[in-house]
Amino acid sequence: METRVLEIRKGILNKNDEIARRLRERLHACGLLTVNLVSSPGSGKTAFLQRTLRALREKGKAPAALVGDLATDNDAKRLAEAGVPVKQINTDGRCHLEAQMITDHLADWELSSFEYLFIENVGNLVCPSSYDLGEDVRVVLLSVTEGEDKPLKYPNIFNSADIAVITKMDLAEACEFDLGAARRNIQAVRPGMQVLTTSAKTGAGMSEWLECLAQEKRARGAVV
Amino acid sequence: MHELAIAYSVVEIATQSAVEAGATGVKSVHVRLGALSGVVRGALEFSYEIVCAGTMLEGSSLVVTELPARVYCAVCAMEVELESVQLFCCPRCDTPSGDLRQGRELDVEFIEVDLPGDAHGNTGAGDSQRDSEQKR
Repeated sequence: METRVLEIRKGILNKNDEIARRLRERLHACGLLTVNLVSSPGSGKTAFLQRTLRALREKGKAPAALVGDLATDNDAKRLAEAGVPVKQINTDGRCHLEAQMITDHLADWELSSFEYLFIENVGNLVCPSSYDLGEDVRVVLLSVTEGEDKPLKYPNIFNSADIAVITKMDLAEACEFDLGAARRNIQAVRPGMQVLTTSAKTGAGMSEWLECLAQEKRARGAVV
Repeated sequence: MHELAIAYSVVEIATQSAVEAGATGVKSVHVRLGALSGVVRGALEFSYEIVCAGTMLEGSSLVVTELPARVYCAVCAMEVELESVQLFCCPRCDTPSGDLRQGRELDVEFIEVDLPGDAHGNTGAGDSQRDSEQKR
């Protein structure tokens, strides 16, 4: 009997990354811009997405959405009110979405009929940061009710995201939310990240967000 | 808490390599965790033991090398280690930098296995001396 060292040098999440890579290729081939929304529970992802879907539809665009939750299809029902295709992914207790779940839930959709695919991740600021879902853009949401220091408490997810959206700005004054401090904290963990301020209730900041999406789509469109 | 799922993947990867090499047992599994990997070391170690139970990895040790976050500082024209992942600034000149060069690692680097008697005349000596240290 002898002891041997076997070199492996393999990513622990290789399997997920490979599925995500194939999915991204497929989504690009269909001309979709895919957006992964991550945040803590209760930050207003669903309300923000509902407003986004409705606005895109009114502009004559073709969005679709997948929404992840541990249980219930409440969010899918809310999003479907926007009149666009929506599917719920129940993770049965798992704290994040994985690329295979996205692939499975897209199986019976005609992807080329869509322009935007939104994935509302499970509300969790830790685990979703490790899982590539084949998205083009990862958007992290931070609501004013959570406090300005969230980025410092969860640097991984903020650092892994491309855009930060501050939600529930209509409550900022009541919460004595310090927007400057929030911006500084975001920049501390992800220098240069674009930050948008929005309110799904009043619609404030939504046109900037839609413009941002259109820009991302144009940028990818030129590449694809 | 996705460390249980991560531990499953570690065991799967290690088992596959061990079986392919014809190993009879696994002594240790060496993984690298970047400061921004999103994985908590203690939770992974705890999960690893549970997942190993009843497999050929039962009794093996998980050896974790933690890698700090490093960014490239354009002003200093060099790679620097961040003092904290809460502050993406060069510790030498205070210039913000998001140009991450190390910190997202989440991989199995190597495993130590037991192989049955060597028929090829190799002693295997020296193989265990491999240095897993990646830090500069």
